[in-house]
Amino acid sequence: MHVVYGLYPDPDSAQRAFDALRGGGEASGFDSRRIAVVSSEPFDGYEFFKKDHKTAIPWLAVLGGLAGGIAGFSFAAYTQAVYPIPTGGMPIVPFYADGVITFELTMLGAILTTLVMVLLTARLPNWRRRLYDPEVSDGKILVGLIDPPATSRAAVEQRLLEAGASQLKEFSG
Amino acid sequence: MSEKTIAQINEDLLRPVLQTTRRFWIAMLFLGSIVAAAVGAFLYQVWNGIGVWGINRPVFWAFDITNFVFWIGISHAGTLISAILRIANATWRRPVTRCAEVITVFALMIGGIFPIIHLGRPWLFFWMVPYPSERQIWPQLRSPLAWDFFAIGTYLSGSLIFLSYPMIPDLALVRDKVTGWRKKLYTVLALGWRGTPKQWHRLETGMHIMAVVIIPVAVSVHTIVSWDFAMAPVPMWHSTIFGPYFVAGAIFSGIAGLIIAMAFLRKVLGLEEYLLPIHFDYLGKLLLMMCLIWAYFVFSERLTVWYGNESAEMAVFWSTQRGAFAPMFWTMVFCNFIIPFPLLAIKRIRNTITGVVIASWAIVVGMWLERFLIIVPSLSHKYLPYAFGSYRPTWVEITILVGSNAAMGLLYILFSKFVPIIAIWELKVGSHKPVFVRKQVTVIRESGGTDPIAAEPGLLTTDI
Repeated sequence: MHVVYGLYPDPDSAQRAFDALRGGGEASGFDSRRIAVVSSEPFDGYEFFKKDHKTAIPWLAVLGGLAGGIAGFSFAAYTQAVYPIPTGGMPIVPFYADGVITFELTMLGAILTTLVMVLLTARLPNWRRRLYDPEVSDGKILVGLIDPPATSRAAVEQRLLEAGASQLKEFSG
Repeated sequence: MSEKTIAQINEDLLRPVLQTTRRFWIAMLFLGSIVAAAVGAFLYQVWNGIGVWGINRPVFWAFDITNFVFWIGISHAGTLISAILRIANATWRRPVTRCAEVITVFALMIGGIFPIIHLGRPWLFFWMVPYPSERQIWPQLRSPLAWDFFAIGTYLSGSLIFLSYPMIPDLALVRDKVTGWRKKLYTVLALGWRGTPKQWHRLETGMHIMAVVIIPVAVSVHTIVSWDFAMAPVPMWHSTIFGPYFVAGAIFSGIAGLIIAMAFLRKVLGLEEYLLPIHFDYLGKLLLMMCLIWAYFVFSERLTVWYGNESAEMAVFWSTQRGAFAPMFWTMVFCNFIIPFPLLAIKRIRNTITGVVIASWAIVVGMWLERFLIIVPSLSHKYLPYAFGSYRPTWVEITILVGSNAAMGLLYILFSKFVPIIAIWELKVGSHKPVFVRKQVTVIRESGGTDPIAAEPGLLTTDI
């Protein structure tokens, strides 16, 4: 992967760069999936930040919760059935008491599913060298084009500079 | 704070991580010595047996269980409050959330140790864990003590994740600012975070789900702790009010603990420009509300017992009103209501950090006394007068109690040495202007319509 990118001081100039690379709907514009954005904070409300928003994590968390709850109740009920003790006429598998274990493991299932899915979909952990610039941590916003075609390379660089980048950088990895 | 640049925010909030002051070492030495003394007292108990404690028939639960309930209560400061403020999108929460979430994790860890200490033979604590054993030892899953294991385990897991998720971008920030072995350490801890829109979105989605899930878990934890008592037919324990009463008390003491921790951080780490008087004012208002709720619960519980006039319960009741435990009871009322109510209700005092902190210290002391008064008087006046007993703590129990407080301070300082104690990226989000101006809308105009924006039929995308 080869990326040409600029660092922008504020979200407005980053948005200009993003718009310029997309070409405002012109034929010369690039698909937004080829535009790389890296920032030190979320910029909700900006279009360049709206990429990759679709996720099924909330539904998967619900499924994880259901699985946890079923596991919790099964665990409690199986234990009580296999190790029966005198209960003084009360049920061997008590609904209310097992409800506590069921509730806690439902929540644990949802929590752990969320953890795993967030890490998986955000591709973390990943310590390999990937597109990043330490200046991002000082508030700069990285906007670049992945694998720019050789024929339009100069035009891409021009668009990034015109949007407000002080200098252009390259990344290969 | 709003006038600070991102570089200044980075510099101010990373300073405690990047620079080690003499004050840090003095605090470490002081608190470490107290913790070492507590560990010594614990080892003394392990070596000599639980006879070195003050507990004896009929009072088998005392300091350890009081400390357990107290610390689990303190843990409600963080994750619960942080989650509620996050869902409510209260923007003033930003400098407060991590300070609060850290309290939860450490308070749970400390609180969770006490039942293990209380076992007397703590090396057998794993008997609580369900595992196939040739002796067929298996937890009694109908018991609130087993429920505790699951509830605290779930809450601790959730709180750790709730704390860790938003730490990742800040660990990546530290990674970019340090060199040498610390660079390697923070590179590993940051998990390779870059800050792509996808990563930010997944982080925010995860935090939102966690905030929704963790609130009922937090409520369940202290409810289940209350059921350790309420499920037993012991005078003044067997009460339906115990669940909400414990939860309210936990939030009450938790907010007080949070305010003390914030005041401490503000002074020691020089965070005066981030932890503002307005934050103390808002938390002070919450504390005032919880103060009234706590008073309502105490009055309701006492009135119901008094009105019922059941002899076993009245023995406990009078022991706290005018008997051996009365000085503690009235000190508790003084600390939890008489002192904090005026301090928090009078706006001029609440607007001073000192006023709110004094109220918080009183509440923390009062709430520890409350936990003690729930446990010990009931056990020492259980039904038959010939079985009544008393309890007096020994130096071992007192040392472990003091040590647990020092451990909290020690862990807190150590944490703030390795991780920015204020979520830097969240603060940055709060520092820039609202950005809705760039949102794009698509106006769909019907053919032949009179939409003033669109000139021709079809699609028109415009900035608003």
